[in-house]
Amino acid sequence: MARPPANHPLLEVRDLRVEFPTRRGTLVAVDGISFHIDPGEVLGVVGESGAGKSLTGAAVIGLLEPPGRIAGGEIRFDGRRIDNLPYEQMRRLRGREIGAVFQDPLTSLNPLYTIGRQLTETILTHLDVTPAEARTRAIRLLQDVGIPGAERRFDHYPHQFSGGMRQRVVIALALCANPRLVIADEPTTALDVSIQAQIITLLKRLCREHGTAVMLVTHDMGVIAETADRVAVMYAGRIAEIGPVRDVIKTPKHPYTIGLMGSIPKIDRRDARLTQIDGAMPRLNAIPPGCAFHPRCPRAFDRCRVERPDPIHVDRSRVACWLYDRDDVRMRAVGDE
Amino acid sequence: MIAFVIRRLLQSVLVMLVVAFVAFSLFTYVGDPISIMLGQDYTEADRARIAAELGLDRPFFVQFARFVENAVQGEFGLSYRLARPVDELIAERLPATLELSLVAAIFALVVGVPMGVYTGLNRESWLSRVFMTVSLIGVSLPTFLIGILLIFVFAVHLGWLPSFGRGDVVRVGWWSTGLLTVSGLKAVILPAITLGLFQMTLIMRLVRSEMLEVLRTDYIKFARARGLTNRAIHFGHALKNTLVPVITITGLQLGSIIAFSIITETVFQWPGMGLLFIQSVSFADIPVMAAYLCLIAFFFVVINLIVDLLYYVVDPRLRADRGIAGGHTG
Amino acid sequence: MATTLDSKPKATPGLWARFLDSDIFYSFRRSPLTIAAAVVTVVCFTGALLAPWIAPHNPLDLSSVDLMDAYTPPVWMAEGDARFILGTDDQGRDLLSAIMYGARISLLVGFCSVIFAMALGITLGLVAGYTGGALDSLIMRIADVQLTFPAILIALLIDGIVRAAFPRDLHDQLALYVLIFAIGLSYWVQYARTVRGSTLVEKNREYVQAARVIGVRPVRILFSHILPNVIGPVLVIATINLALAIITEATLSFLGVGMPPTQPSLGTLIRVGNDFLFSGEWWITLFPGAALVIMVLAVNLLGDWLRDALNPKLR
Repeated sequence: MARPPANHPLLEVRDLRVEFPTRRGTLVAVDGISFHIDPGEVLGVVGESGAGKSLTGAAVIGLLEPPGRIAGGEIRFDGRRIDNLPYEQMRRLRGREIGAVFQDPLTSLNPLYTIGRQLTETILTHLDVTPAEARTRAIRLLQDVGIPGAERRFDHYPHQFSGGMRQRVVIALALCANPRLVIADEPTTALDVSIQAQIITLLKRLCREHGTAVMLVTHDMGVIAETADRVAVMYAGRIAEIGPVRDVIKTPKHPYTIGLMGSIPKIDRRDARLTQIDGAMPRLNAIPPGCAFHPRCPRAFDRCRVERPDPIHVDRSRVACWLYDRDDVRMRAVGDE
Repeated sequence: MIAFVIRRLLQSVLVMLVVAFVAFSLFTYVGDPISIMLGQDYTEADRARIAAELGLDRPFFVQFARFVENAVQGEFGLSYRLARPVDELIAERLPATLELSLVAAIFALVVGVPMGVYTGLNRESWLSRVFMTVSLIGVSLPTFLIGILLIFVFAVHLGWLPSFGRGDVVRVGWWSTGLLTVSGLKAVILPAITLGLFQMTLIMRLVRSEMLEVLRTDYIKFARARGLTNRAIHFGHALKNTLVPVITITGLQLGSIIAFSIITETVFQWPGMGLLFIQSVSFADIPVMAAYLCLIAFFFVVINLIVDLLYYVVDPRLRADRGIAGGHTG
Repeated sequence: MATTLDSKPKATPGLWARFLDSDIFYSFRRSPLTIAAAVVTVVCFTGALLAPWIAPHNPLDLSSVDLMDAYTPPVWMAEGDARFILGTDDQGRDLLSAIMYGARISLLVGFCSVIFAMALGITLGLVAGYTGGALDSLIMRIADVQLTFPAILIALLIDGIVRAAFPRDLHDQLALYVLIFAIGLSYWVQYARTVRGSTLVEKNREYVQAARVIGVRPVRILFSHILPNVIGPVLVIATINLALAIITEATLSFLGVGMPPTQPSLGTLIRVGNDFLFSGEWWITLFPGAALVIMVLAVNLLGDWLRDALNPKLR
C-alpha cells in the first residue's frame, strides 16, 4: 500500500519518562528515552524483563496501567502529539491507526464471544462498513493469517483454537482496521518454539504487504535479528544502544550489548565461547547514579559512576556510553539523527 | 448437553437422598415418637402395636426406603404439635413464603446488580463510596434488626405500612396470593425489603468485585487496545464475563432467601413456612422439621439445576463436551 | 508491588519497628475509618470483657433490681433518671449494664464458635488436601452440600435436634455450648476450602517430597509450612466470620432458640424489648440493637481493611 512520503517519522518518541508513584518514592521505569519508527519499518526493542520495553509500548498506545503514568517527554504519531490526547480521541486511534498484539494469545481473546464477533465488532468500530461487509472482511483476514476453513471457523469460540491459531486470530484483530503501526509485545513468548517462527514470519509478511510499521518488543535477540530493520537495546529504563540491526548484531558498541551478543550461541563460530554478564539488572528503586550499567561493566571508569551518558552517534548507531565520547565526534543527539 | 443434564440430575438425586437420610435420622433417633403419640401411660403391647403400625420394627433400610417413598409423595406424617398432616400444613404456608421470597429476590437483583456495576466501573466516585458504606452497614445489620427498624419507622412512627401479616389474600385454586390486593401488596413491602436487603448488598459487592477482576484481564486490555468504545467494553465484554460467577452465587442466594425468610417471617408474623418451622423447632416437632428440611433441600437442588443450565447457556467453554463435572459450586 | 516489598532495610530491626514500617500498618494509618473501627472495637471488647467490674449495675443480681424503676426512659428524656443512662427495661434493670453483660455473652459465643470453626475447618482442609482420594472428595462433597444451606438454617437444625434430645431445663443450661457448637459447625467450610487449596499446592513442592524421602513425617512439615502461608486468608475469614457469628448468635437468640432470658445476650435483649416497641418504650430494643450493629460494623470494617491490606491486588 503506497502512502505519500512524509517528512516526519511515523512514530516519534522524545525523552519519554514513565513513573510509578509508590509510597516509598517514585519509581522511574522508563527514563528519558527517544527513538522513532519510519513508515513500514520494523523496530525491535530488546532487553531483560523489567528494562521498561513493554511499558514503552503501553505508553505509546496510551494504555499504561495506573498508577503508572507518563511523567515527561512527548509521543508523536504522524507528526501529531498523542501522549496527552483525551481518552476518546486516543481510543479512535487505537485499533484504527495503532494496533497491538499481546504476549498471551490464550488470554487476549474474550472466551464468551466467537472470534467472528470479536473481529466484526472491531471492524465496525473503526470502519464505515455494513455488518455484511465486515463479515466478508473478517473472513478474508482469517484467511490472510492462515486459518484453514476460515468461513467455518468464523463462528468458533477461542477455546476451540490452539495457541498458535489464537495468536493468528489476535494478529488478525490487530490488523483488521489496517493500522499504520503495530505494537507487538512479546508476541511469541507464550507459544511453542516450533510455532514461534511461523508467527514471526506471518507478522513480517503481513506488515510488509500492508506497509505497516512494527514496534516489536521482545527479549529474544534471535527474533529481532530475523525480523527487525533497526533495534533498540534497553537497560534499566534507558536505551543503551539503537541502530540498524546488522550493525548492532555484528559490531555491538555498548558494553551491555556486547555482553548480550556474547551470551547468544552462534552456529558459524565454532571456537566462540558463550560469555555472560556478571550480576543482574538493578531494581527500579536501586538504579545506580551515572550510567545504570556501570556496576556490571567491565570497562567502566570514573566518569561512568558520576555522570549519566547521553546517546552519542557512533557510525550509524547511537550509543549511551562514555567510551565513545571523543570531542571530535561528540554530538549531543536528542532525537535527531 | 444431555449427558450434562443427566449427570447433574444424578448429583441432585444424591444430594436429596443425603438430606432425606438426615431427616430420617431425625425421625428415628431423636426423641421418641411412640411416647409422644401415646402420652405417658401405655403398655408394652400398645407400644409394640404402634411400632408395628408405623413400621418401626422393620430393618433400618426398609424403614428408610419407606420414608423416601412417602417423602416423594409429600407424606411426612402428623405434626406432633398440631396433630395435623404435615403436607397440609406446608401446602397452606407455602404460597406466603414463595411470594415473599420472590418479591425479595427481584428487589435484591434489580437494585443490587446495577449498583454493583456502577461501583465496579466508577471505583473512585463519591456515589460509589456511599454505596459501599451503605452495603457494609447492610451486611452488619442482622436481618431481624432491619425488620424492627423498618417497623419502628414505617409502621409505628409514620403509620404508612402494616407491621405484620399478609393483608387480604385471594385464592387462585389452592394457591392463596396476596399480590392481587392493595393491602396484600402494602403488607409485602417491608418484609420483602427486610429479606432482600442482605442479599442485595451481597449481590452488589459480588458484582463489583467480579467487575474489577474482569476489568483487569488481558482480554479487556486487548479490547481497549483494539479501540472498542468504553460502552462495548464495559457492558458487552466485562459484564457478560461477570455474569458467570454472578449467576452461580445469585442462584444460591435466591435459595437461601427462602431459608432466610424464617427470620423475616418471625419479625413480621408472616404466615409462611419459616414461621411454622421456627415454632416447630421450639416444640421439637420433628415431622415438620424433617419435611421443611427436605422441601428446602428440594428448592436448593432445583435452583442449582437451573443455575447450572444457565451457566451452560452463558459460557461456551462448557458447551464443548469435556470435563465439566463439579468444581464451580463456590 | 514486589519491588517495594523487597525494599525493606537490610539490617533487621526489632519486630515492633518492622511492624511500624510494614505495608499493613501503613495502610492502617492511612485509613481514618479503619482507625475509628479499631478504637470502637477495642472499646466494645473492653466494655464487654470488664462488665462485672465497670458496669454501673449488675442486671443478673435480682436483689439489686427494683420493679419500681421499670420503663425508665434514657437520661436525656423528660422522665429520665441519672442512675440509668440508657433507661431501664420492663423489670427495672439498667439497660447499659444489661447491654455490657449481653455483649460479653455475644462475644464469648462469637469467639468460641470462630475458634471451633477454624480448628475444624483447618484440620479437615489439611486432611482433605493432603490425603486426597476418597476422603478428600467425601469432605469436599459435604462442604459443597453444606454450603448450599445458609448457616442460620444449619444452626437452627442443630439446635432443634439438641432440643429434642435433651429435656428443657438441661437445654437452658447447655444453651451456651449448643450455640457455640451449632454456629461453629455451620462456618467451617470456608476455612477448609482455603486450607485445602494451599495444601494441594504445597504438597507437591520439592521440600515436602524431599521430607518424605528422608522419612520426616510430612504432616509435621505441612503444618509448619502451610499454616504460615494461609495465616493471612484465614485471619481475614476469621474476622468476617466473627461478625457473622455474632449476628448468627443474636439471630438465634432473637428467634428464641439461643440464649435464655436468664442469661441474656444482645439478641435476647432485643427479642425481649421487641414486645415494647409498639407501646413506646423503643429504647429497650433499639439500644441493644445499636450496640450490636456498632460492634459488628466495627469488626466488619476491620475485616474489610485486613482483606484489602493483605491482598494489594484488590485495592
